[in-house]
Amino acid sequence: MTSVAALMAWPVILPLLGAVLALLVGRPGVRLVAGVASVATLMASSRLAWEVAHQGVLRQSIGGWGAPLGIEWRADGLAALMLLTIALVGPLISVHALDHLGDREDREFLPLWLFVWCALNALVLSDDAFNLYVTLELTTLAAVALIAVRRDLPGLDAGLRYLLFALPGSLCYLLGIALLYGAHATLDVGTLAQRVQPGPVTWVAAGLVTVGLCLKTPLFPLHVWLPPTYTGAPTPVTALLSALISKGSFYVLLRLWLEVFAPVLDARVGQLLGVLGAVAVLWGSFLALSQTQLKRVVAYSSVAQIGYLFLVFPMATSGARAGAIYLVVSHAAAKASMFVAVGNIHQAVGITALGGVQGLAYRMPFTFLAMALGGISLIGIPPSGGFIAKWLLLNESIGTRQWWWALVLLAGSLLAAAYVFRILRGSFLPLPAEVKVRSIPLRNELAPLALALIALVLGLVPWFPLELLAIGASR
Amino acid sequence: MNPWLVYALSGVALFSVGLVGLFSHQHVVKRILASNITGSGVLLVLVALARRVPSGPPDPVPHALVLTGIVVSVSSTALGVALARRMARLQAEATHSPEHEPRSDGEGP
Amino acid sequence: MTNTWLPLSVLLSSLLPGLIIFLLAEEQRRTRTLLNLLAAVTKLVLTGVMAWGVFQGRQYETRLPFLPKADLVLRADSFSLLFITLSAVLWFVTTIYAVGYLEGTDHRSRFFGFFSLCVASTMGIALAGNLLTFFLFYEMLTLSTYPLVIHRGTPEALRAGNVYLRYTLSGATLLLAGVVLLYSLAGAVEFTERGALGAVAAHRTELIAAFVLLMGGLGVKTALVPLHGWLPVAMVAPAPVSALLHAVAVVKAGAFGITRVIYDVYGVYLVHDLGVMQPLAIVAAVTILFGSVRALQQGDLKKRLAYSTVSQVAYIVLGVSIFGTASTIGGLVHLVHQGVMKITLFFCAGNYAEELHVHRVSELRGVGRRMPLTTAAFTVGALGMIGIPPVAGFISKWYLGIGALEAHQPWLVVVLLTSSLLNAGYFLPIVYSAWFQAPREAWKPSPGRWEIGLLLLLPTVATAVLSLAAGLFAGAELSPLGWTRLLTEREFRP
Repeated sequence: MTSVAALMAWPVILPLLGAVLALLVGRPGVRLVAGVASVATLMASSRLAWEVAHQGVLRQSIGGWGAPLGIEWRADGLAALMLLTIALVGPLISVHALDHLGDREDREFLPLWLFVWCALNALVLSDDAFNLYVTLELTTLAAVALIAVRRDLPGLDAGLRYLLFALPGSLCYLLGIALLYGAHATLDVGTLAQRVQPGPVTWVAAGLVTVGLCLKTPLFPLHVWLPPTYTGAPTPVTALLSALISKGSFYVLLRLWLEVFAPVLDARVGQLLGVLGAVAVLWGSFLALSQTQLKRVVAYSSVAQIGYLFLVFPMATSGARAGAIYLVVSHAAAKASMFVAVGNIHQAVGITALGGVQGLAYRMPFTFLAMALGGISLIGIPPSGGFIAKWLLLNESIGTRQWWWALVLLAGSLLAAAYVFRILRGSFLPLPAEVKVRSIPLRNELAPLALALIALVLGLVPWFPLELLAIGASR
Repeated sequence: MNPWLVYALSGVALFSVGLVGLFSHQHVVKRILASNITGSGVLLVLVALARRVPSGPPDPVPHALVLTGIVVSVSSTALGVALARRMARLQAEATHSPEHEPRSDGEGP
Repeated sequence: MTNTWLPLSVLLSSLLPGLIIFLLAEEQRRTRTLLNLLAAVTKLVLTGVMAWGVFQGRQYETRLPFLPKADLVLRADSFSLLFITLSAVLWFVTTIYAVGYLEGTDHRSRFFGFFSLCVASTMGIALAGNLLTFFLFYEMLTLSTYPLVIHRGTPEALRAGNVYLRYTLSGATLLLAGVVLLYSLAGAVEFTERGALGAVAAHRTELIAAFVLLMGGLGVKTALVPLHGWLPVAMVAPAPVSALLHAVAVVKAGAFGITRVIYDVYGVYLVHDLGVMQPLAIVAAVTILFGSVRALQQGDLKKRLAYSTVSQVAYIVLGVSIFGTASTIGGLVHLVHQGVMKITLFFCAGNYAEELHVHRVSELRGVGRRMPLTTAAFTVGALGMIGIPPVAGFISKWYLGIGALEAHQPWLVVVLLTSSLLNAGYFLPIVYSAWFQAPREAWKPSPGRWEIGLLLLLPTVATAVLSLAAGLFAGAELSPLGWTRLLTEREFRP
């Protein structure tokens, strides 16, 4: 079956099937089921990306109803790229989770992750504002369960905290959507884009949608829930949160802004988002620099890296869009590799402080390499996906004569270099004698390396993702 | 004033009250309840919107959305309450037997 | 006819061995050394083939798709070959030296791995055909030299590494800003003889801003005052690293970049027209004098050599920032000459430290009797640095002097002469006391047949001979001088 409907349905159906089956089979088969589902979903996602690359944008109405009434799905280059990113990054994180979590958590982690995957894929493909709300909520609920998968106090606390910030976020979004529907009688993103007019309803709706999604992503100053949640969650879950789940709400914001709101809003609103992003870059980096716990450094770095993403809004050009998306993708790979590497270090030496890195280069060379390559991408030094993203954003900031964003980008890189090398420089020191090293499975070492190599390859052949994400960029 | 506008404005008021409650309380259960109120406010707005054209039958789309919204809201409340309950139990165990590892339920890092 | 694979293979000839070396176990000494030498020889051969081809007018270019409107371009022109040949030759001798120097120490796989990556980055810098490609390899060079600087893993080395990173990454930030500015002005600027910015010459403010940013960025690695602070600190690295950092890789990458920007991006006429050449020349002149004065104050041999590098590399910048053929020839040829002479001096310093544990200038009394060949090599290098014929350094300074006069800037001749006097002031006493003063106590005799292991001695002598040869045979067509004259004439063709 190769109809457009099937092409677009498989990436959503397969992880869902996998999740349900994995719940049913229980312990003995859960890994097998999850593995098969992951490979199948990866293949389905690649297939869809292939078709988008060759045929252009694909659309499909779910349930056979047309655009104004039914739910539209739409696969453009951006959606295809996101599907691929999730399909590559997610399973590598879950490979690491197998040994990082206990046996019992395994049974629950894998199906939950498959639920998240299903929800994220549906979110990426939705072209309907309300459907986006539903998928956002599904992602959140599955993510909360994932955070609390260990059922310990820190995990439960982190999960509740996340839930109680994500809920008002979604509800703000929903109210905004309701207002838009009231004014324009449509939920289809494409139709909305044609109908919106400047006016108070649009402004309030745009404000609610933006605040709601910024709360979920999160953008400074709504980031307060992020550090405790990221540190309280089990490390593989943190990796998923930072690499993929937080990108879901940004993805919605990016599409609604660039496709619906940007033409009807005052340019100063975009500037405001840019300023908040810039503050996030500087403040997040500063906080990352002042942390003493390894995981917290990496977590605060997420605040800063998310800040970069919001620089797309004041520029609002196709180049800046490409830069932000490129950062979404490369940050997903790089940050996941960093978190997973941190997980490996905890597991091997049981040290959570920065000093746990000491001697890393000898003890776990692959983990070290992953950390180094991931860090290079975070800083934005070539060759890495992070550099390409920075290059694109820099070019746009000069091209649109908003050179102050270039200053933010460059200052952010220097700060990132400071906190990344603060982690890395200990790795060449001799291994302290009193530290006992537990050996960890090879696949746990290879998972972060593979993630870091994705970030590296993104820096070596950027033309492919760039061509892909340009497909269907403007409606 | 149109009747639907009254409903819509009450919805907005509920939404705001809920939001204030969410961010001004520390207690988990109170915050879950507040988020519930926020959600009801939004749903009320949606119901009202179905009647914004006074003549003719009401718009069915918002009704469908409200149904979905209720399902989502019920599940998130259930999840929140379940987490809060387990947390309370763990905290109680931890305070009753200090030497007892609060993590005992999990299997280490 | 354009050859598309040779530039890439030159790059890969050190990149691939570097990656393989990382995977080797520490004990696989033979395999590692064999691989190192094989790679170095391969690169020499490939470079030779390419040099001959370019001399005959053939084109060598590898072009890979990268970003929209900006390819990755590796192209061999006569200027890149000047740098590649220097790097290939000096890498070969340094590899031999490093094998001997690090014999029996820890973490050699890591060392040689990064060493190869460092050379691969240098090759990339030399072959880069546009500013973006140049920047990519320039950053790769920073990353691959950092582990070499902190190789010893002592707190002092880590501190030096921090300083090194702070300087180079800040420099890279400036450089990137400049590259982006030019890119948004004129697209991917491909390196072209006599400049590629003719079409946008009217945007004077942007062009000047970009020039200042580029020079600031490149000036860090070139160690122009006041951006030189990292260089003396980075002396904690093992001697072969210092040798490579000072003679070939890092400072030369900066000087090479400055030359590229002036001649092949802006074009010497445009730079002259923008009025930014004179300020650069002044910075270079200040650096020359500052470096020499500071060198005079150093009691530590390696530190003295480090400040001497600060001063000597500024000669290159001075040469290319005076408008005129003679000075350009002087600057470019010094790129090669300084490399060969400085690496000799660092090898010697390494030999003294390794064999006799001598680090300070004052401890070198009478060392000539114990280590005559090393001391002879040191003498050749020192005389060359001062600019005494027939060593290569004389040729550079001669052309620089003539260039200064041609450009009607006699004050520069005063700078050159003062610096030469200072050079003599900090080198001649060493040479004198090494040969003619009696040692404080008898040197411990050498255990072997030679004054020091052959792996350390031969590279030292070889580079000293090269320094002499480059001066003696300067008139030959394929000597560094002959090659740079050819190059310069093309850049100034109106």
